[in-house]
Amino acid sequence: MNPAPLAQPDPAVVRLEIPARAEWVAVARLAVAAVASRLHFSIDDIEDIKLAIAEACTNAIQHGAADGTIEIVCEATPTDLELTVRDRGRRTPVEALAEERIGEGGRTEELGVFLIRALMDRVEYTSDARDGTQLVMIKRVGG
Amino acid sequence: MDIKVAVREAPGGTFVVDLTGEIDVYTSPKVKDAISALIDGAHYNLVINLENVRYIDSTGLGVLIGGLKRVREHGGSVNLVCTNPQIKKIFDITGLVKIFGIFDDEPGAMKALA
Repeated sequence: MNPAPLAQPDPAVVRLEIPARAEWVAVARLAVAAVASRLHFSIDDIEDIKLAIAEACTNAIQHGAADGTIEIVCEATPTDLELTVRDRGRRTPVEALAEERIGEGGRTEELGVFLIRALMDRVEYTSDARDGTQLVMIKRVGG
Repeated sequence: MDIKVAVREAPGGTFVVDLTGEIDVYTSPKVKDAISALIDGAHYNLVINLENVRYIDSTGLGVLIGGLKRVREHGGSVNLVCTNPQIKKIFDITGLVKIFGIFDDEPGAMKALA
């Protein structure tokens, strides 16, 4: 049975915290996909969201989330899904990374960031030594 | 969630890597080990079969790119077998369709290596 789609204008908020270790990325991926399935996203869009959240978590793991955890907040409205990924690590802001298509010489990190940008409708990245890194990604339903 | 990796030698000396499952930051080292072992054994023409791969992320792509770079240093190549539209889309938007040979079936991938 398909879950009933969201009808209320107020966002439904789902919070998840995972250990910043590779074996937990699949849990984040599946949990966020389950949230996305509550909206009217196409199957292709849900696959995009799964990949984007996985890339965000992978990026956090590869840059050493300082307290060893990754916090994920999903805010779902009938029109979009906003995903916030926070960790305590600090790394290069996404804006500084290449936006061109990645060829043979591309690093995996750049590839991950490139995919996030390509698959999501809006991406904001902040990083500093005190608060760590926060990535906000938005996918619009039918966008 | 896991990845199964099976390596077999096809007629003509080409080696085929059959992958089943999901390739992500957790499972990609297993794929990398299999490809590296083949290259270390001087096998430079590879077909990597992604027919039964449901998911791949940037770490998986990175492993494939790394393998391709290594075999090309020896005049070899890596062809992929892939029909999953979502995975093909990832190769397309990253531009990797231009550097990998991507085929709908194994015979096509093998023939292109010959």
